[in-house]
Amino acid sequence: MNELITNAALLDIRNVSRSFPKGSGEELLVLENVDLTIRSGEIVGLLGRSGSGKSTLLRIIAGLITPSSGHASCRGSAIQGPPHGVSMVFQSFALFPWLTVLQNVELGLEALGVDAAERRTRALAAIDLIGLDGFESAYPKELSGGMRQRVGFARALVVDPDLLLMDEPFSALDVLTAETLRTDLIDLWIEGRLPIKSILMVTHNIEEAVLMCDRILVFSSNPGRIAAEIKVTLPHPRNRLDPPFRQLVDSIYARMTQRSEPRAPSVEGIQGTGMGMILSPVSTNVLAGLIEELSGPPYNGRADLPVLAGTLHLEADELFHLGETLQLLRLAQLKDGDLVLTDAGKRFAAGDTDERKRLFAEHLVTYVPIVGLVRRVLDERPSHAAPVARFRNELEDYMSEHAATETLGAITSWARYAELFAYDENAEQFSLENPE
Amino acid sequence: MAGQNTSPPALGRALLPNFWDAIALVLVIAGLVLIVYGARATNAPLADLDVAPLSLDPSHLPEYALRTILRMLLAIVCSLIFTFGYAALAAKSRRAEMVLIPLLDILQSVPILGFLTFTVVFFMNLFPGNVLGAELASVFAIFTSQAWNMTFSMYQSLRGVPKDLDEVSQSFHLTGWQRFWQLDVPFATPGLVWNTMMSMSGGWFFVVASEAITVGNTTVTLPGIGSYVSLAIQQQNLPAVGYAVVAMLVVIVLYDQLLFRPIVAWADKFRFEQTASATAPTSWMLDLFRRTRALRAVSAPIGRLAKSFVSLRFDAPKAWAAWQSRMAASSLTGDLVWIVLIAIAVAAGAWAVISYLAGALTFSDVLTAVGDGFLTLARVAVLMAIATVIWVPVGVWIGLRPKLAERVQPLAQFLAAFPANIAFPAFVVLIVHFGLNADVWLSPLMILGTQWYILFNVIAGASAFPNDLKEAAGSFHLRGWRWWVKVILPGIFPYYVTGAITASGGSWNASIVAEVATWGDKQLTAAGLGSYIANATAAGNFQKVVLGIAVMCIFVTLFNRLLWRPLYAFGERRLRLG
Repeated sequence: MNELITNAALLDIRNVSRSFPKGSGEELLVLENVDLTIRSGEIVGLLGRSGSGKSTLLRIIAGLITPSSGHASCRGSAIQGPPHGVSMVFQSFALFPWLTVLQNVELGLEALGVDAAERRTRALAAIDLIGLDGFESAYPKELSGGMRQRVGFARALVVDPDLLLMDEPFSALDVLTAETLRTDLIDLWIEGRLPIKSILMVTHNIEEAVLMCDRILVFSSNPGRIAAEIKVTLPHPRNRLDPPFRQLVDSIYARMTQRSEPRAPSVEGIQGTGMGMILSPVSTNVLAGLIEELSGPPYNGRADLPVLAGTLHLEADELFHLGETLQLLRLAQLKDGDLVLTDAGKRFAAGDTDERKRLFAEHLVTYVPIVGLVRRVLDERPSHAAPVARFRNELEDYMSEHAATETLGAITSWARYAELFAYDENAEQFSLENPE
Repeated sequence: MAGQNTSPPALGRALLPNFWDAIALVLVIAGLVLIVYGARATNAPLADLDVAPLSLDPSHLPEYALRTILRMLLAIVCSLIFTFGYAALAAKSRRAEMVLIPLLDILQSVPILGFLTFTVVFFMNLFPGNVLGAELASVFAIFTSQAWNMTFSMYQSLRGVPKDLDEVSQSFHLTGWQRFWQLDVPFATPGLVWNTMMSMSGGWFFVVASEAITVGNTTVTLPGIGSYVSLAIQQQNLPAVGYAVVAMLVVIVLYDQLLFRPIVAWADKFRFEQTASATAPTSWMLDLFRRTRALRAVSAPIGRLAKSFVSLRFDAPKAWAAWQSRMAASSLTGDLVWIVLIAIAVAAGAWAVISYLAGALTFSDVLTAVGDGFLTLARVAVLMAIATVIWVPVGVWIGLRPKLAERVQPLAQFLAAFPANIAFPAFVVLIVHFGLNADVWLSPLMILGTQWYILFNVIAGASAFPNDLKEAAGSFHLRGWRWWVKVILPGIFPYYVTGAITASGGSWNASIVAEVATWGDKQLTAAGLGSYIANATAAGNFQKVVLGIAVMCIFVTLFNRLLWRPLYAFGERRLRLG
């Protein structure tokens, strides 16, 4: 074997950035100056919040989108279109519903022009390896989610790739199925039975990353950057209850909640500030429920995030999201991997419905600039009504059309709860009037 | 394991015919013989038609029906080929899309029967003195009634291919050809099959109308059910009309059972759902072929051939790909040049039409056509209102009774497919007999065949109405008027609009044959745009035909844009359940 080739990086990403057009015609930077090298024999995880650009990076590596700037190469040659020797497993499984398991697995070989007999042998071997024996002639719709993703793995492995890309492969599965699939995959990897050299996986699940990866790259959001690189040296098979495992998970939680403090001290963790804040709809019921949970025992106003995520059956990502919304409204604070109720949060928990609404309204107007703006405009206008388009335009100066829609949806539902202003879907306008 | 079933003993048994083979073989051979027999007759000299004129003897009807069926079959094949090419081009090339899709939109609203005038002349000149020209003109008329909605469906499917499957086909290096057959076509199949069925039911109307064509001094009568009926009208033979109706019923049932049901049942596997559906469509015909042993073994090589055809690895040549990417890169200037080219072509076309018309027509002709257009518009509007008032309550009543709906639904679909023009003579006889006002009483003919679209869509809507909402309405004592306005009408609205769009479009088209009706030597005419076009066609006045078609196009397009599209959008946005 040539020494040079074995040591050469399987994948080399230098200074890659990627931007997408915003609603206002400007560019929105989603990935900034990312460097990444993957060598043979490692499992690397890209860990980050949704919207941190990690999936974008994965698609750049897969050759599905091109970087706006920077250089991406695979096995020494620049990536132009999907590179040979790289295959991908999808979050949604992405199986062809009109093909059987066997035909789905054979598809990639067919495209490579492998002859029918060899195609059959290799496909059956991959199906056997991944534990799908007996399901060859089944259609995807006849399979459970776990079995479908096994087909996804078999299809990716059968083309003998050097690098396997996985885009949140377990996040569409239920907890038990996901765990089985993870351990099966790790077992095959450790036993050296997978025909691949390295794995690159995208995930927002912290425990999953610690369980599977040799190296975790933590992404920060807006724009996406690699904020930290964490080496995981725990031996396989890893046990989630081991103290070192827990410590590592805790430290990553802490890192992911504190990372942006220096940038925006007042609203840490929120994407952007002021009018540029991208808000996604979070139900006020869920927020109120979380505050109640936090204020009562055993937390009494302060909860460790991994513990909270475990008891509430929430993904870390969802919990971050809720925590940040509470933090934005100054009802709670994220600190050192903990979620801590503020005084206002405690008052909210103790209050009755009217008091809660009043408090929520007050905080909404004060701390969410776009809500403050809508309210001011409505107060000033004699008609006390204003078209939504007016605010949409303003938002689209800062964000994409899609993000503006999300943000407007979020403030509409919050303002309705707080009885700050009303929204008429037919006329597409905000107003102070209550419906007749 | 999976490889073992090709071992010699198994292969031997696989070739052994079973009982189902015998039945299937008879069906296949019979089909082939009929096609060959029917096809031979289409290549005869035109003079033969005069030598062997049509006869009203019912014993000839099976042969005529066969000819009609073959015309239909040929048209549907042409429509499919057109659909694949046109939709693929529109979906894959942005510049082509800019022209093709608006063009398709216009073509959809062109009154097909108006076309006949030009196509007959064109095809007759293509094969002078041969039946083939007239046959092709008829096939073309059917084609123009079928192709557009099939193409739209395919185009929309191609544009809506799920992103993850698109990424799979890229990252596993499928070539453009492989991707088209393995991803695009299967994904588009369910929608295409449904629209092909809809096209077929619309098509019977036009096959009947296009078999006996008179343009100016030329009259061509192709053997078929349509020409049989028109001969029966000439000879005032009411029993013969009855025979034709029966023959048509049989033909539609056969088409459904032998062709479409198997296809629908087969296409079920292409439905893009990750969960198994509760009731999969079934077909005895498909089951029969699936149970055959020898036939399947013999046809396996054909399947393999098709398989290797779709997995051929050829891709667009490098030069083409490079040109494409260059065009994409210089997109702004390229677009500008392209738009200017289109504008020039449109202007030239408009100039050609106007100068053609201006030579023979005056402004008062335009006014007449537009005035007639308003008369026909009034008819369509009134008839739609009447059909709505009648069929919505009936449809709701049926749809809320699942057992009944199961039985009535196929009947309503069948009635929608039945070419109403075959039944026209019965009405004309009544109008003549009682001396009724043709302007009023010819009108119902326009909606005779199309009202069923409203009925079966309303039935579908009422059947799909969620049970919990029904129960909620019941438990809150919502009854009478309030129940209709607050509960069921909003619930079926999107379905109703879908049916009404088809019905109103069909009625405009039908006006060309419905506003002029004959019985023997008696001719009834209702003033309107349909009779304007029909009379101009009979007189061979091409300028007036063009004017009439153009005016009707504008009316239909405006009607769709100003009324149906907004209603449809409203229904989709606010009233779609689930």
